[in-house]
Order: sequence, then C-alpha cells, then structure tokens
Amino acid sequence: MELISPTEFAKDKVLAVQEYYQLSAQAVANLARQPRYIADTLHQADIIGVGSLPIVVLTGFFTGAVLALQSSNTLQRFGSLSLIGELVAESMVRELGPVLTGLMVAGRNSSGMASELGSMKVTEQIDAMRALGTDPVKKLVTPRILGTVSMLFFLTIISNFVGLAGGAFVSGTLLGLDAHQYWQNAWQSLAFADIVMGLTKPVFFGFIVATIGCYYGLSAKGGTQGVGRATTQAVVAASVLILVVDFFLTRFLMVILPGM
Amino acid sequence: MSSLSLPVAPPPPPAESRHIAIQFEDVSIGFEGKPVLDGVSFQLLRGESKILLGVAGSGKSTILKLVLGLIRPDGGRIVVLGHEVTEMTEVELFDVRRDIGMVFQESALFDSLTVRENVSYRLSEEHDISSEEIERRVREALRFVELEQTLDMMPAELSGGMRRRVAIARAIVSQPEILLYDSPTGGLDPVTSTTILELIVKQRDVYRSSSLMVTHRLQDALLLATHWFDTKTNQMQHLEPGANINIRTTFMLLRDGKVIFDGPANDLVHSEDPYIREYLS
Repeated sequence: MELISPTEFAKDKVLAVQEYYQLSAQAVANLARQPRYIADTLHQADIIGVGSLPIVVLTGFFTGAVLALQSSNTLQRFGSLSLIGELVAESMVRELGPVLTGLMVAGRNSSGMASELGSMKVTEQIDAMRALGTDPVKKLVTPRILGTVSMLFFLTIISNFVGLAGGAFVSGTLLGLDAHQYWQNAWQSLAFADIVMGLTKPVFFGFIVATIGCYYGLSAKGGTQGVGRATTQAVVAASVLILVVDFFLTRFLMVILPGM
Repeated sequence: MSSLSLPVAPPPPPAESRHIAIQFEDVSIGFEGKPVLDGVSFQLLRGESKILLGVAGSGKSTILKLVLGLIRPDGGRIVVLGHEVTEMTEVELFDVRRDIGMVFQESALFDSLTVRENVSYRLSEEHDISSEEIERRVREALRFVELEQTLDMMPAELSGGMRRRVAIARAIVSQPEILLYDSPTGGLDPVTSTTILELIVKQRDVYRSSSLMVTHRLQDALLLATHWFDTKTNQMQHLEPGANINIRTTFMLLRDGKVIFDGPANDLVHSEDPYIREYLS
C-alpha cells in the first residue's frame, strides 16, 4: 500500500470539498439558465421516484411495524400501550421516514448516478458532450438534482404513511389494539412543526444524494476499476453525510420551529 | 522510406491571421508534475490537414483536447479560428466548439442513444433547427459514411469500425470548419482502417475542411499523404508524382513533448535526423 504524506492527504480532501462545492453551486445556478432539460428531469424523476417506490414502501412498512413491536414491551410496562400510535407517528414523521428513505434512495441512486456518469467519464462521453457544445453539469447534474429532491419529498410522505400502516398492522394483529384508536392517537399527536421537520429533511437529503452521486461519477478515473471505486465511495459518502446533516438539521429546526 | 515517391508540396506563403485555423504559441502542459507538452508552437492553415505523429505519451491527444478547450495549458497561447481559447470561459467555448468536430479515440458515442440521436445530438442541442432539417442532415452525414441503414440501431449493436464511422458522421453533421481525429484507426483491422482513412481523405478533398489527425500508425499517415479522393469515381486514388493536385497535408512529429518536425511528407521521409530515421524505420 502506498503511503501518502499527511499534507498531500489534507490537500486532496480540501480540493475534493472545493470541487464538490463548485459542482453543486454550478448545478444550482443552472436552474436559472436556458436551456432547461425538462424531458431529462422527468426521466430522472421517473427513474428515482417510481424506481425507488418498492424499496421505500417495504422499508417504511417494516420499520413502522418493528417500531410498534419493539416499543410495545416498554409501553405495556407503564400501562400506556394505547400511546403506540403517537410513538410510531412521531418517530416515523420526524426522523425515521426521512432518514431511512434518504438512505435507501442513496443506496440505490447515488450508486446508479456514480456508475452511469463514471462510465461516461472513462469512455470520454463527457468530453464528447462538451465537444458537442453541451454543458454536462446542466444536462446531467441539474436534472438529477431536481428529480431526486422532488421525488424524495414524495417518497418520504409515502414512507411515513406506510410506516404508520405497519405500526397499525402490528398493533391490530399482535397487540390487540383498536385500529381506530391507533390512527386517532397517531393523527392527533402530529403537530405542524413535526410535519415541517419531516418534510424539510428530504429536500436536503435529496440534494446530497444527487450531488454526491454526480460528483463521484464525474471525478471517476482509471477505467472500470475507477467506476467501481466511485460507486462505492458515492454510497458511503452520501449515507454518512445524510446522517451528519440530519443531526445538525434536527438541532437547527428544533431551535427555529415553535413547539419543538 | 526515402525510396517512397511522395508529392512535393510548394513552400507555403506566410500566413495571414485570417488564414490560420489553429495557432499554438509556446504551449506547455503537465499532469501530476510530469511535463507532457513543453513549448509547443505550430500553425494549422485553413484547408490544411496536419498529421500528428509520435510514440505513445508524446502529447498528441493532449493537443486535440487543448484545441477544444477541454483542458487548459499551464502556459502559452492557443488561438482557434481567431478566438484565443486559453482566455475563454467554458460557456464562451461552446460557441467556438460549434465550428469544431472531433472523432474520439474510442468513438465516445452516447451508449444510451440511438445512432440517429447520436448523430443529431449537436443539431438538436441548437434548438433552432427544424426536425425535418435535422433528419435530412443526419441522413446525409450517415450516407457519407455509408451507414444510413443503422439509423435506429444502438451503438452496442455496431462493430468497432461502424462505431468509428458513426463518430465521423457525428463530427461532420454540422459541417465544422475544423475536424480533429484522435487515432481514428486505432484497434481496427487493416480493411476497416482503409475504409476510415478513405472517409478522412474524402472529407479533406471534398469539403476542404482543416483537420488535425493523431495517429501512431505511420502507414496510415503516409496513405493520407499519397492519396486523393476522386469524386468522379467516388474512390480514393493514388496520387501520381507530378500530379497537379494539392492535398495540403503536412506532418508534425512530437518527441518528449516537443515538436521535432513540422513539414511536408517528403521532407519527413528524407530527414537526416537520427530519431526520425529510427521512427520511420
């Protein structure tokens, strides 16, 4: 294994952050510039949104179900089993729905973007695109950001709902709770601030998923091995960044939102 | 090699700037601390074809990428069709690139698009050309490379030679002033290579576009210097000594990032430079 000096290592990391920032800023600035690749954006939204639906539904349902199952023992000990709807709703909407959906979409789409753009990079298709007078950031990155941000928002709503349904399934079949009571309890526990927090996060997470996937794809070098490396790095970086940003975003929203 | 009978081109008159397609002035670039081009200067006149020769890693492909502004030099000045590309932003470069067609080493066709979409890509991006006009020009370009029947095929369904021909069609569809060929025959069998070279000769002699062609195959370069395209027979013909046909093809040889020869084929094959003699042998 080749040893790298700490200075070179630090320089590489700083350069990577700078390049990532430049790519993100350029992609966002492109939203205001012509031409707008609407067909590409809709295509990406279809791949990301419809394509991720099965895994998001399954993850959401079983997360809600296991949440109800795990918390039932503790709640039963305090005689508060009827509050299970509130617990599942608060946990899913504020935290688990956005984070798990973000992680699932990161696993599926950051890797997909990194491998697709990485393959294009190593086969000179990105250079060919530039040579043919097209800005690859505008054509490839901006539609992916728009598609991911908008679709992750709706996927999170779906995930929250099926998570609550999973909790309802466990509550009704295994814990013997009344379904009406569960849903009423869940519904009444949710405040406006919970919804705002739960739906602000996917906007940030969607941006992270798309920009990280595209950044690693466009930085790929070294043939197929380089594409494989970029794909792995994209998933790891996007997942870690989602969890880190989640902490700071939660803290920030708790400060600014009334009633948190 | 010196026994080859090559046409002797008349010495070119001093070029005015409006006659210059590409000009490199003392251009240098390096990657990861290693110099690739070191003070390279040359001119490509409008209508001229220049063949870049040199061993692998001598900086031939880098020159093509510098012309397009895909990479920036560390030093020096590059002027393309009157625009100083070294001073231009990426957005400004898109206008210059509209006048340049490039055939990449491995074709670089967009593998998720059909042949029709690949060839029409540049025209479709311009947004002010009607779909009928695009279709007409795409068919014309594919007819030029004799692949009109592949319109709806995907690049993965084509052979290596066919992909290279589609890449040529994509490069010429907008009738650019300059064409850049990066090892257009690399990895192809001799028969397919000759087909590709015939297309390059046809483009040179029929449309009179300026071109830079990178190759490490000397036989390909000499074929370009010894043949011309006869529009009457629609075939490439051998250029007889003394024939009154100016194919305007010159050679440039790179060694360790420096230009060691820039001139006509005849001067190259009669050079006394030991490295050139060894390279040609």
